Amino acid sequence: MNPLRRVTLQTVAALTAGLALPLRALAAWNKEAFQAKTAADALKNLGIASSAESKDVLIDAPQIAENGAVVPIEITSNVPNTKSIAIVIDKNPFPLAAKFDFSEGAAPYVKVNVKLGESSFVRVLAEAGGKFYSASREIKVTIGGCGG
Amino acid sequence: MAEPMKIRTTLKGDSADVRVLMVHPMETGLRKDASGSIVPMHFIQEVAVKVNGKLAIEGQISQAVSRNPVFSFRLKGVKAGDKLEIAWLDNKGERSQIETAIA
Repeated sequence: MNPLRRVTLQTVAALTAGLALPLRALAAWNKEAFQAKTAADALKNLGIASSAESKDVLIDAPQIAENGAVVPIEITSNVPNTKSIAIVIDKNPFPLAAKFDFSEGAAPYVKVNVKLGESSFVRVLAEAGGKFYSASREIKVTIGGCGG
Repeated sequence: MAEPMKIRTTLKGDSADVRVLMVHPMETGLRKDASGSIVPMHFIQEVAVKVNGKLAIEGQISQAVSRNPVFSFRLKGVKAGDKLEIAWLDNKGERSQIETAIA
């Protein structure tokens, strides 16, 4: 065995562990909002009191999803200075599915696959300049994606 | 140790599309296994995207994101060779991180 190689491997392992640390410094997962059982509670815990419907928030998603376990949703916000995008699936056991914060250098765009327990309205809320802009789409599901 | 992420970037002018696949069961805590017992919750909670060491996108996600999550993001003002880092952290404290150059 080459002792130098051992040391090198250990150093690499230590460095990798160190690199992963900055994630800890991020804003903590919003437990209250994510564990809310209704869409209204989730929005309240995100600090969203009211929102205006906007044509500048675009949702691209299938109208009918054959499999609720994998429903692709593509979101683009054309609202200037969009800072964050939240995805709320009204009928899911825990409606808040995701929230993304965008800093300078990132476009307010995201595509992600989500689960739908049953047919539901999917709401997207974009935050810009302290205000919230929303759009919603109904997605019909033929097979649910939550239980067994 | 979690399986490594798979990542692909497509540079168009000064913006880059980033597609990342994270290998993760994303258990909701509602599903039952073959023997009828509930599979405990196990899902990614936080996702971070950094460009040249600067945080660009921070995501908080729930168990409603599908198994083996695939995300597409769009970065602006980037060029070939910029350093891209993506990391996730799940509810059990497991984490994974990948680093690549934008191409």
